Amino acid sequence: MSSIALDTSSAIGKSTANTAAPVRIAVRDLNFYYGDFRSLKDISIDFYDRQVTALIGPSGCGKSTLLRTFNRIYSLYPEQRAEGEILLDGQNVLSPSIDVNELRARVGMVFQKPTPFPMSIYDNIAFGIRLYENLPRSELDGRVEEALRKAALWDEVKDKLRQSGMGLSGGQQQRLCIARTIAQQPEVILLDEPTSALDPISTGKIEELIEHLRTEFTIVIVTHNMQQAARISQFTAFMYLGELVEFGPTNKMFMTPTKKQTQDYITGRFG
Amino acid sequence: MVALSQKLLVTSMDKPSRRSPSFNSDQIFRLASLSSALLVLIVLAGIIGSMIYGGLPAFREFGLGFITSSAWDVQRDEYGAWVAIVGTLTSALIALVIGVPISVGIAIFLTQLCPPWLKRPIATTIELLAAVPSIIYGMWGLFVFAPLFAKFVQIPVSRIVEGLPVLGTILYARVPSGVGVLTAGIILSIMIIPFIASITRDILDQIPPVMRESAYGIGCTTWEVVRHVLVPQVGVSIIGAIMLGLGRALGETMAVTFVVGNANRLSLSLFDPGSTIASRIANEFNEAIGLQLNALMALGCILFLVTFSVLVLARLLVARATVK
Repeated sequence: MSSIALDTSSAIGKSTANTAAPVRIAVRDLNFYYGDFRSLKDISIDFYDRQVTALIGPSGCGKSTLLRTFNRIYSLYPEQRAEGEILLDGQNVLSPSIDVNELRARVGMVFQKPTPFPMSIYDNIAFGIRLYENLPRSELDGRVEEALRKAALWDEVKDKLRQSGMGLSGGQQQRLCIARTIAQQPEVILLDEPTSALDPISTGKIEELIEHLRTEFTIVIVTHNMQQAARISQFTAFMYLGELVEFGPTNKMFMTPTKKQTQDYITGRFG
Repeated sequence: MVALSQKLLVTSMDKPSRRSPSFNSDQIFRLASLSSALLVLIVLAGIIGSMIYGGLPAFREFGLGFITSSAWDVQRDEYGAWVAIVGTLTSALIALVIGVPISVGIAIFLTQLCPPWLKRPIATTIELLAAVPSIIYGMWGLFVFAPLFAKFVQIPVSRIVEGLPVLGTILYARVPSGVGVLTAGIILSIMIIPFIASITRDILDQIPPVMRESAYGIGCTTWEVVRHVLVPQVGVSIIGAIMLGLGRALGETMAVTFVVGNANRLSLSLFDPGSTIASRIANEFNEAIGLQLNALMALGCILFLVTFSVLVLARLLVARATVK
């Protein structure tokens, strides 16, 4: 137990990893390039269905880069490219024949900073739904409410759905962005340091929310906060310099990591 | 300890080479820079003051009728600004109608769609377009564009619309000379495109990349990202950029004077020659005396007031993008 320098022992293992869960995303020999720079090196990793997987590692280790390949958001930048395979339910998302817009509706993403769109709270949610589904008004209302409830935001905004989403607090805005993602009924939700711009109370709410969302969605979260990874994830992947150093159930990773590097990072000796 | 600090104090006070910064020289520097800054205010106030002073006799002579009257008769010494005001507004409006979609299109292409290797050439070309002196646009407009415009647009269009209810009036050229309010508007649109396009591009560039990514992230197409997220995000500032263009179009003199036709006639046809405030002043200032000069000054006052308020409003709107 000497490796636990952080006070995370009490939180670890709150919900244990289900290694029997089916694999939702299978990454095979993934390499990623920013121009000539190779920032991901032969990554192979599985993400399990309805489990939270945390990607940890020092800045620049490639964890956000890995996350950004799953919905191909990197392809907005022509100098970035990925090679290898990312199988989402057996289908290679890197294949040119994939419709990226549809892929992005299936693989939702929430970013570091809240990004409410310049429209009302209601439209922020409805906008994403309308892109892919043509629903009658009453059904749309229901879907918006459902998404806001799941994001634990409904009670705070139900009386001001017509007001601009920009008027909410940072934490509320981030939950609005999560609601927007949920509303599209994705299979996978990618969270890129979703709480790094938020205060501890808002962070707590988001973490609680992630715990609930796990029952429905496969979640991959990038975080710099080790306690957070320990608290909310069932699986943890440790990355360093573009390589996957170690991957396993979170309690095992934090209690008895097999690699020295992982242990050093988790105990705060480097990174 | 005490002795040491006392000693230190003494030596530092005694040091002959060290002196406090001169109070006087700093004060002079301060005054000098203050007066440079005040100079622009004084010049601006002076210009406004002398314009109003010069224009006052015309305003006094004709009252509000100066604005609403379409007379401009040097022989009878009767002056009214209406034709010039209408010409100014119409040509500027035409310039916006043509220029704004193209400018915004350029800005969206440059910031969202343009492959990196093409970015620089296009951006540089736009900057060069802004650097072309307006007299060049005027010459080109009169000697090259106007004859072509007459031959390939005015004559065929007039033939088609002749006798039609509304179009037959608006787009009918009695004398298809190529010059006119529409020609001026077209030349003006070319002149304001670089301004609106480059400011709009800067505004769009200021949107944080994560905003764009999150719009793409829910599966938007490029059109949906631009239409529903990016443009609404900075909408007010783009209006500001458009108004900066409008300010330029209202005040542009040389190019317009060449191609507007300089007729003091109120015509419903866009193909007919007209005048703008700036072109009227440019044409007549040389031989104007007495009340005519006062009338030109009064015209100047009106133009000044209009462009000044448009530009102030535009700056306020553009500034809102940078504050956020």
